Amino acid sequence: MIPSTFDFAPIWLTLRLATITTLLLLLIGTPLARWLSRTQSWLKRPVGAAVALPLVLPPTVLGFYLLVMLGPQGPGGHLTQALGLGLLPFTFAGLVFGSTLYSLPFVVQPIQNAFEALGERPLEAAATLRAGPWDRFFSVAVPLARPGFVTAIVLGFAHTVGEFGVVLMIGGNIPGATRVLSVAIYDHVEAMEYAQAHWLAGGMLAFSFLVLLALYGPSKRMQESKS
Amino acid sequence: MSGICAHFALTLGKFHLDAAFDAPGRGITALFGPSGSGKTTLLRCLAGLERAPGGRLSVNGEIWQDENTCLPIHRRRLGYVFQEANLFPHLDVCRNLEYGWKRIPQAERRVGLDQAVELLGIGHLLERNPAWLSGGERQRVAIARALLVSPDLLLMDEPLAALDQASKADILPYLERLHDELEIPVVYIGHSPDEIARLADFMVLMAQGKSVASGPLKDMLARLDLPLAHGDEAGVAIDTVIGEHDESYHLTRLDFAGGAISVAQAPHPLGTRVRLRIHARDVSITLERHGDSSILNVLPVTVSEIADEGPAQVMVRLDAAGAPLLARITRKSCAVLGLEPGMAVYAQVKSAALLA
Amino acid sequence: MTNLKSQTSAVLLGLFAATAFADEVQVAVAANFAKPVERIAAEFNKDTGHKASISLGATGKLYAQIRNGAPFGILLAADDATPQKMGKEGLSVPDSQFTYAIGKLVLWSAKPGIVDSQGEVLKKGAFQHFALANPKLAPYGLAGEEVMKKIGVFNAIQPKLVLGENITQTYQFVATGNAELGFVALSQVIKDGKITEGSAWIVPQNLYNPIRQDAVLLAKGKGNAAAELFLKYLKSDKAAAIIRSYGYELP
Repeated sequence: MIPSTFDFAPIWLTLRLATITTLLLLLIGTPLARWLSRTQSWLKRPVGAAVALPLVLPPTVLGFYLLVMLGPQGPGGHLTQALGLGLLPFTFAGLVFGSTLYSLPFVVQPIQNAFEALGERPLEAAATLRAGPWDRFFSVAVPLARPGFVTAIVLGFAHTVGEFGVVLMIGGNIPGATRVLSVAIYDHVEAMEYAQAHWLAGGMLAFSFLVLLALYGPSKRMQESKS
Repeated sequence: MSGICAHFALTLGKFHLDAAFDAPGRGITALFGPSGSGKTTLLRCLAGLERAPGGRLSVNGEIWQDENTCLPIHRRRLGYVFQEANLFPHLDVCRNLEYGWKRIPQAERRVGLDQAVELLGIGHLLERNPAWLSGGERQRVAIARALLVSPDLLLMDEPLAALDQASKADILPYLERLHDELEIPVVYIGHSPDEIARLADFMVLMAQGKSVASGPLKDMLARLDLPLAHGDEAGVAIDTVIGEHDESYHLTRLDFAGGAISVAQAPHPLGTRVRLRIHARDVSITLERHGDSSILNVLPVTVSEIADEGPAQVMVRLDAAGAPLLARITRKSCAVLGLEPGMAVYAQVKSAALLA
Repeated sequence: MTNLKSQTSAVLLGLFAATAFADEVQVAVAANFAKPVERIAAEFNKDTGHKASISLGATGKLYAQIRNGAPFGILLAADDATPQKMGKEGLSVPDSQFTYAIGKLVLWSAKPGIVDSQGEVLKKGAFQHFALANPKLAPYGLAGEEVMKKIGVFNAIQPKLVLGENITQTYQFVATGNAELGFVALSQVIKDGKITEGSAWIVPQNLYNPIRQDAVLLAKGKGNAAAELFLKYLKSDKAAAIIRSYGYELP
């Protein structure tokens, strides 16, 4: 039985966070991946390395630096205050920011790889068929890079759902704003409330499995119909 | 100003391109030269696929690129056929065809979907995925797709290069129909001298990134100062008209200004324009018309030029009432016959290939 | 044959002697006690020739690890409830439990002039974020909550609370200025007996229940000479001096 005190709020909050973060990641990651896939600039390597950094940094370390950078004394904090956004730590927007940064390589790299595998040739063909830059990007590059996008969405979403270190550090565990699923599970485990922890963790696993299944399913069928 | 006027200079790594040509505004212009001579780079410059600041290009009076203008690729009214079809793998054949067609205004559509499908013989492929097509079929779809944007200029980058002999034979007739039935000027990178002799009207010869010479195909093939008129493949192309079918001997007589040539019976009706390919190695020279030779085709010609062809042979350019011919003979024969420019002689043609 | 047997037992005897001479114990320690235990362990190793190696973690996490077979001989918890619970569950030796330190709560801000010496700032509420260790998880958090309730400001402050998972994270919230102030452990902000940075109010003991940090011998440490000796060492005057210098009290 689900315990009567079971709190569903972290689940909805997590879904909201993961959805918004994934959309934002696609919006930022796609042009970044496109640029990385075709640029000859010397900036390619440093930018690529910077994008990959969250892969190396332990999340709590990244979270700690975000806390310092976005705090009232940090440069990020000065910036957000100057922009009238206030301070990001302990807010939902802060979590979105942190998760976006943290999951960036998981979205950029699959899309970049897909664009690189695609090469310029299909886009050149489209250009000679009167398609302008945006047109050929959406009518040729995006559909052909579809597997890369699917992987990016799956990884970006799953990663945000499972993210713990960063949200722990900059979240502050505020119900409805920053108390997400992974933190809630952690709390229950730490408080030795294993029943609640099991329910939440089990639900998270089942849900994630269904999401992955839904995303992987159609692309698999499409590949089969092709070959 | 009509015609295609192009001048492009470009450096890509260690490769330098500096090529210019003025080609007629209709018919097929062939870019010809050894690999690495810059043919594809030049073609890509014409299309705008290669950015070449300072280049110039006008197509039948319309400026596509000069000091002030540089139309982006998608604003140049061109069709481009890539060496390897380059069809969109995520679209079926029909959607591939419609891709460009849908993107031009209705008023500019001079080539209809049905027309292109019929011209290239791809009606039975429309539902297929490109992955399922043979090389020849893929290339035909690619050509139809390029035609469907109703281009003012069609650019073809060795469309036959990736194909085997059977597929080439399969596709060549379609290219000829294109030539005969559509008014679209074509710039074509050819695969072999024979292929070009069959299709092209005008030729630009490339070497080491430079345009070495250009002119009408017939003249270029016979110019002794160019490498084309040397070697085993050297030979001319002559446009002729079918004059007579000789049913009893199964021969067909082809007429042109310089005379008539008989070949094995051709399937075309009388009056059809066909192109003949006559290799230099198949032409010999006599001072008088012999009645006792097995060779049927003897044409009165004038010697116009003689050039060395290795230590033992010479290449002789002959003129048959305006149509150039090439004959490759031994240096000894040349001396024995006392050949020199201006002499009237007879050319014996051992064999001639009907190109279409 | 007899010869071989006696040789073998001689070798075995030597081995036992060697192990008895330098036993090793793994000590699981609550994170807030990291600094003092490091020094105590160093002294212990030097004085006894045994080896105590330290594993740091949150008490709840350490409990879960011990329950699932972690090879710890001793637990220095951040509370007294966890060792008690472990005694009941047979994970520890119940009569070995004792209080090795009493934590002191401090209201602290990284900025000077924010916290006054009477803690009046709590009533004024002129701040955006107040950091507190999660009362469900951390004894210092529970103590902080008690203080606020006793003063009668808990309901007013609650909407401004940001919860750290443990007292270390709570300290980071305040130290980086993201929370203007919060309840942390005195041991975190004291250096050589003085609070050197920011502003602080050491909360009087009558406002909250003592934060007893208990040590206990674990089932895995039973019979380990080094483990038993380490617990004794923890009660020594030398250890007591170290513990006090980090702002803890002793019972």
